[in-house]
Amino acid sequence: MIELEALSKRFGSVEAVRGVSLRAPDGRITGLLGPNGAGKSTTLRLLYGVLEADAGRALIDGLDIARAPIAARARLGVLPHNAGIYPALTTRENIRYFGRLLGLGGEALEARIDELVRLLDLGAIADRRARGFSQGQRLKVALARALVHSPRNLVLDEPTNGLDVLATRNLRELILGLRDAGHAVLFSSHVMQEVAALCDDIVIIGGGRVVAAGSPAELAGTVASGLLEDAFVAALATGARP
Amino acid sequence: MRALVTVFLKEILENARDRRTLLSALIVGPIGAPLLFAFLINTMVERNLDNAERPLKLTVAGRGNAPNLVAFLEGHNVVIKDFTGDGGAATRAVRTHEERLVLEIPADFGAHLGRGVPAPVRLYTDYSDTSAAAERGRAEALLAHYSTRIAQWRLEARGVAPSLVHAIAVDEIDVATPAGRAATLLGMLSYFFVFATLMGGIYVAIDATAGERERSSLEPLLTLPVERRVLVVGKILAAGAWMVVSLTLTVVAFAISMRFVRLDALGMSNAFGPRTALAIVLLMLPFVVLGAALMTLVASFTRSYREAQSWLTFVVLLPTLPIMYAAISQLPSRPALMWVPSLSQHLLITSLLRAEPLAGADVAVSAGATLAVGAVLAAIAVRLYRREQILG
Repeated sequence: MIELEALSKRFGSVEAVRGVSLRAPDGRITGLLGPNGAGKSTTLRLLYGVLEADAGRALIDGLDIARAPIAARARLGVLPHNAGIYPALTTRENIRYFGRLLGLGGEALEARIDELVRLLDLGAIADRRARGFSQGQRLKVALARALVHSPRNLVLDEPTNGLDVLATRNLRELILGLRDAGHAVLFSSHVMQEVAALCDDIVIIGGGRVVAAGSPAELAGTVASGLLEDAFVAALATGARP
Repeated sequence: MRALVTVFLKEILENARDRRTLLSALIVGPIGAPLLFAFLINTMVERNLDNAERPLKLTVAGRGNAPNLVAFLEGHNVVIKDFTGDGGAATRAVRTHEERLVLEIPADFGAHLGRGVPAPVRLYTDYSDTSAAAERGRAEALLAHYSTRIAQWRLEARGVAPSLVHAIAVDEIDVATPAGRAATLLGMLSYFFVFATLMGGIYVAIDATAGERERSSLEPLLTLPVERRVLVVGKILAAGAWMVVSLTLTVVAFAISMRFVRLDALGMSNAFGPRTALAIVLLMLPFVVLGAALMTLVASFTRSYREAQSWLTFVVLLPTLPIMYAAISQLPSRPALMWVPSLSQHLLITSLLRAEPLAGADVAVSAGATLAVGAVLAAIAVRLYRREQILG
């Protein structure tokens, strides 16, 4: 389970994140939805601890990322925004590197890599060096890397960026499978349809603040039209008011 | 420890597939440096040999005024070329580099000589033309020699022993051992070793820091449950491993290429055997740590691969500056200098090449001080990686 409690972050005079609280419980998919520049990536970076919060805290299975970063990160799989992979290494080597750093090794690691190659349909590029991979191929390798230790909690920052239709569908099935296996999945997106199709809970973020939260049905119920899109726009308009 | 080894091995493997790393670690130092050095030494050797053997070309105005002097000069390997014109013409000719040296013998030269008063000659020369210095020196020495000979004849003619005018007899005894004389030239070698060492790690350091950030692979790495100091130390050690490879190859290449240099032509011997080569690599190991930490630190500061590249090409020059100064000024080895990294390695290697015994305390101070500076730089690099700005 991932819990954010009143996280705040300021860069100079810009308040990027202002008291964001949310819960991503086990066995559910939580979507962080917001326009570009709303503070989604900053919130997630605070969550996985590459940025330090000015106030508030982020808990991974109850472990504070700021106080127990190593233990908290061991329970976390992260796909950062535009995550890069090592161009001189093959797909397998890229995954293996992270697997080893996560304490895996030997037969178990190789079996897990095989599994991920199958799961993410990486067979054709498994032993090719990553230089020249397409955006979608790079993303899948980065995703495989984030999943190598079967983390209880998964954080994906704009995971469908640059994926084609088929790959997006595979990813969706993968995420649903993880949810059904009891993992907590938190992912961000600025594409409303994607979030609507996949998420059990939606947190709408605008101007660094949570402006609305609830299940897709709950959110749609807040507007007369009953459309999620209208709810999204309305929430952002309300949140933009001081 | 496991994570450290993982990071180390991954950086080694990744860079083994990088053309820039291979080029700078396996080609630039190990092949480029010995070639350049052998070329420099051979040029120097040949010029030394040439200067003594080659006839001195001297342009003389008014040779008819001093036939004996001209005959003396011609008897001492001087080729005389006639010059017609006055002093003004001679000045112009030298200034425009038409002539390097013009000796003007005035018409009253013989008359002065006959009366026993100093006979004037004028040597037109351009002191700003350093390439003429050797020829000027030879011409002046020959004129002084002729002058002394005439003076001796005059004293003998008056019944005075010529030895009376020599109050002091200076006899120079050159105590330089052949190996020591070679070491003056070989003193430049440590410069190449330091350079090759740094070149071996430069692209590894850039790739592991600025390169990792530019490829956006740093952020995923930092989300792993691995201490940042482990990541940084692993990267530093990987750069160090490549530096050792580059250094070792360079030392071996030098040991081999030195066999083809005509050091014997300068009366020098060559003390550069396999044992010396091994000792050089060992003496340089602490500097490898320092250099790897320094380059990793500097590359971590920069925002991009290109910026890291331009910074590091400047940074790799820093450790070579004390060496250049020491090699040019022929700085003698002193225990106090062992505290200065790179300079201490230079002095120890130079002593080694002179076949002088190394003081254990000097080696210990050199290694200790260099490692301490390396540890401080590594600690700063770790602190840098703990800051959130490291993501750029």
